[in-house]
Amino acid sequence: MTIPFTAASRCSRYRRRILEISQQVSALHIAPAFSCTEIVDVIYNELMATPVARESEDVFIMSKGHGCMIQYVILEERGILSRADVDAYCKPHGILGAHPDYGNPGIRASTGSLGHGLGMLVGQAYAEKLKGTSVNFFGVLSDGELQEGSTWEAISMAANLRLDNLLVFVDNNDFTSLDRMSLAQPAFYPVLEKVQAFNWAAAEVDGHDSRALVTAARALPSDRPRMVIAKTTKGKGVSFMEGVSIWHYRSPSPAEFEQALRELQEGS
Amino acid sequence: MRNKFSDAFYEASLTNDKLCLIVADISPAGSLAKFRETAPQRFINVGVAEQVMVGIAAGLAMRGFRPFIYTIATFCLYRPFEFVRDDLCYQNLPVTIMGIGGGLSYSTLGATHHAQEDVALAMSIPNLNILAPCDPAEVEVMTRWCTEQELGPVYLRLGKAGEPDLTSHLNVPWQFGKIRRIREGNDHCIVTYGVVTRMALEVAEKLESRGVSTAVVTVPTLKPLDREGLGDLFAEFGNVTVIEESAPRALGLEVEALAFRTKYEGGLQVFALRDEFIHCYGSHEDILTAHGLSSEQIAQTLLTAYRV
Repeated sequence: MTIPFTAASRCSRYRRRILEISQQVSALHIAPAFSCTEIVDVIYNELMATPVARESEDVFIMSKGHGCMIQYVILEERGILSRADVDAYCKPHGILGAHPDYGNPGIRASTGSLGHGLGMLVGQAYAEKLKGTSVNFFGVLSDGELQEGSTWEAISMAANLRLDNLLVFVDNNDFTSLDRMSLAQPAFYPVLEKVQAFNWAAAEVDGHDSRALVTAARALPSDRPRMVIAKTTKGKGVSFMEGVSIWHYRSPSPAEFEQALRELQEGS
Repeated sequence: MRNKFSDAFYEASLTNDKLCLIVADISPAGSLAKFRETAPQRFINVGVAEQVMVGIAAGLAMRGFRPFIYTIATFCLYRPFEFVRDDLCYQNLPVTIMGIGGGLSYSTLGATHHAQEDVALAMSIPNLNILAPCDPAEVEVMTRWCTEQELGPVYLRLGKAGEPDLTSHLNVPWQFGKIRRIREGNDHCIVTYGVVTRMALEVAEKLESRGVSTAVVTVPTLKPLDREGLGDLFAEFGNVTVIEESAPRALGLEVEALAFRTKYEGGLQVFALRDEFIHCYGSHEDILTAHGLSSEQIAQTLLTAYRV
């Protein structure tokens, strides 16, 4: 099976490109993008039936909008965003900001405020059920988004509407901006049983194991909405970023940048 | 108004399979029950969950449907406010937000059900179009317009039931973005919208009986506001009065700003709800009166102010 090797090299490439962009801006969400790099990679490169951007194709929405750097670099690789677009990230002459903006190439919903993506996914997925198409919908939620009541409203409605065309990944890095979830919000866990109780098909896997992500997603019963709870590490791939809150929104210094690049090259 | 909306929506749905109605646990009045029977898949009751009501509407609109979200105005606009702002307005999607019982229509239910700030709040959001019909005839034509329009999100502010017909006899049809003259007069002009238009007409009658010829103009489209049309009123009338069932920072403030910018030298009075929550009960008229919005109080104040 070739998934692990190619996925690993892709993910290393994506992380290095994100680091490269980090040197052009004073701050960006590196760690939140690194924690869901493997997830977004398998969605685009293994699970979505066709590339993005046209109406008849599968749809991906980055509900945790602050992780969108990984989406941008994948869209760049596919030619949906240009290199110039991505280089102009957060610049006055650019089109891309720190959160996805509906209408930009490949961006299927404006997110950034947490707890909005799943509701819009439910609406979009239901629309295609009404039309009788086979379009599938994919989303990535942060674990922090599962603290939003609106996300649970959407989880409930996705099951009520029997949306078997919806597959959601939770980037369960156990961190919100301020705190570690398991310490500050222990009632948040367990997630798996909560979601299953809403009549979703759900599984929990290592969110940096590309093969496990794909296998788990494909193994879930396909007669209802599906969720893969991906156990991840915030800042994955760079030792000094992993699990360190400050990297939620900070650009590395030139020295830190060099070290991070070295680590990613060694790891790939 | 509610029944006229239901009839118009149902009628449009017979030839438009893109129309969806998303309700948050509110009983479908009149013809909406028929819509539920004929198109059960396009009638979605999300239950008591207004945030996802808006999110689902956004998602449906993104895939080509024309959703209407439908519940009491406070729960359509206030409870899911940030979803209205981000999902519908920021993304500029053609979703109609039905604000049932806008203003103080739910007079006995207390301040939790009073949408007294709805217009002021809605006017502050970019891309949001605001329609406030004054009678069932305007509800009908506006509903039809909402089913077909391509502009973006609309807040359609309705009363409840039993509002009289005020506009069917007019020769000039309702037009999006334009003010509408529903009563002729020469000396003084009342500018108003929504359910209190009937009361504004009573004020005009009272002034007329005291020799003040009073026109009544409605502002059925509060956003985009017909500033040109309103500016023309300043040129035509020596006195202008705004009557609105809204918190103080809505149409009245816009008209005052316009008067300032155009250096209007005539008399200008604004009658709106006070900047207070309402702790009294009774009929709609009773609680409007408690806030100074009755034809008697307004007519008296105007006769004094304009020294007639």
